[in-house]
Amino acid sequence: MISNKLLKNMTIYFVVLLIIAIAFTGIGCVDKENTEDTDISQTSSITIKGSDTVLPLSQAESEDFMYANPYKSITVIGGGSGVGIAALIDGEVEIAMASREMKGSEIEKAQANGINPVETVIAWDGIAVVVNPENPIKQLTFEQLKGIYNGSISNWADVGGENRVITVITRDSSSGTYEYFKEEILVEDQYRQDALVQPATGAIVQEIAQNKGAIGYIGYAYLDKSITALEIDSGDGFVDATTENIMSGDYPLARPLLYYTNGEPSGLAKEFIDYVLSSTGQDIVSDVGYFPVM
Amino acid sequence: MSNRYLKEKGIESLLFASGAVAVIALFLLCIFLFRDGILLFSEYPINSFLTATKWYPTAEPAHFGILPLFLGSVIVTIGAVIFSVPLGIAVAIYISELASPKISNVLKPVTEILAGIPSVVYGFFGLVILVPIIQNTLELPTGQTALTGSIMLGIMALPTIISISEDAISSVPRTLKEGSLALGSTKWQTIYKVTVPASLSGISAAVMLGIGRAIGETMTVMMVTGNSAVIPGFPSGLFAPVRTMTATIALEMGEVPQGSDHFHALFAIGSVLFITTFIINIIANYVKKRYRFNL
Repeated sequence: MISNKLLKNMTIYFVVLLIIAIAFTGIGCVDKENTEDTDISQTSSITIKGSDTVLPLSQAESEDFMYANPYKSITVIGGGSGVGIAALIDGEVEIAMASREMKGSEIEKAQANGINPVETVIAWDGIAVVVNPENPIKQLTFEQLKGIYNGSISNWADVGGENRVITVITRDSSSGTYEYFKEEILVEDQYRQDALVQPATGAIVQEIAQNKGAIGYIGYAYLDKSITALEIDSGDGFVDATTENIMSGDYPLARPLLYYTNGEPSGLAKEFIDYVLSSTGQDIVSDVGYFPVM
Repeated sequence: MSNRYLKEKGIESLLFASGAVAVIALFLLCIFLFRDGILLFSEYPINSFLTATKWYPTAEPAHFGILPLFLGSVIVTIGAVIFSVPLGIAVAIYISELASPKISNVLKPVTEILAGIPSVVYGFFGLVILVPIIQNTLELPTGQTALTGSIMLGIMALPTIISISEDAISSVPRTLKEGSLALGSTKWQTIYKVTVPASLSGISAAVMLGIGRAIGETMTVMMVTGNSAVIPGFPSGLFAPVRTMTATIALEMGEVPQGSDHFHALFAIGSVLFITTFIINIIANYVKKRYRFNL
């Protein structure tokens, strides 16, 4: 009897111990993975992280790439340019996608971490300034846009439109488009405090499509029939946001889409970037709605 | 015998360890939250953090004024309370006092299902359905307002308020109600002069927990309130966009470089949020205890 009980108890203790052991084994593995991950170029899987603007392009490119190379794996994650760059600085990813250039502070931080960011232009994007299709305003100058976004202009009547309050929409501060638009349009100023902040481009399109007084900015690839893109004048006359104007460089709100790597790309990262820059890859760029690198 | 004793003790200590996990987790959470939050104040004065009216975390120099965000959370929560408390209590009274068992057997589970819907679904519903309705019916410049957030949060807080107040109301002793009815008062008089006052502390606890639920909600408010970091007026601020503390953390945590002032500022917001909900929970607990004592 007693030995039976003892056996039973032993079994229980053993099972508990086993569970604890398994739990700790798991933890050990995670740590090990992190420390052994230093030599990334040798592995046949890479992670790309960053700008939501570049995300659809990277997804399309990686799908085709993996279809052609079934034993290589590429993971693509969004989150915003800042997120991707931060991940590159921390050594978590092989490629950071960005819709803006790295800030001075980010480069300093990268160098402090022993990371040497190298930039590759993979495509061009145009930023369309969009309004509701029922809005009679079809063009704005940089000065007017600045006034609308810094808070000095609050009614469409002030820029020649209807007497209607302007609902100004921006992205959140993790968006590369947010920083890019701020540098190009606001220069030294800040976004007005009462601007609506939307967590995603889709939400901007949604709000503008249903709000006659709204204005916002989105990547050209997100432009659809529910909203209207404005003609923009940076001082050289009004230019419409069309493929031709963005590719010729006439449209003032065009920017490069970038991949950042640690040092010159190598291994799978290099293979992938070469694929993106090949003619097949650049065809995908056009398909997704961006513009090929010249 | 000693074997049996050992087994008892062993299992007891195992269960104690499981119970302690919650306490330890809370304790560690506090330490990490406050440690990173406090680091902000070595770079940025705490006075400005609490009283400045501007939130420009990525500007040069940065402004970390939590006031608009705090008041944003407050106004959305007040709106949610105004919306959900009368409705929630009315439902609770109906379920526990008036409805036939058949109806209440349907109503109760259905209100509890409300609590199981993911908040992003509420947010999407709010953005696509409620935002245009609010904008068009009230003729506002935008439908993404504090009011929209309040209505959505009110709906989300309803299950909490209904189920706890329903418990409180149905635990009022029958003798109390029957005494009132025997004295010739009508059903309605009994409800609002005897039953509801007797369960008032339970209802208050329900309201406090509902507030706690509303103030901590993130996804839904981020999707429907517009997120403008301005100080809301009252009550005019209900009809303008606001940004809550939770939405700020969710919106900005992606961009923020680890260890920067902005990073610490988000932790500081988290600390303020934590302290706020902590106080609300303590009040709810206190009120609940008093109610037990009275009965």
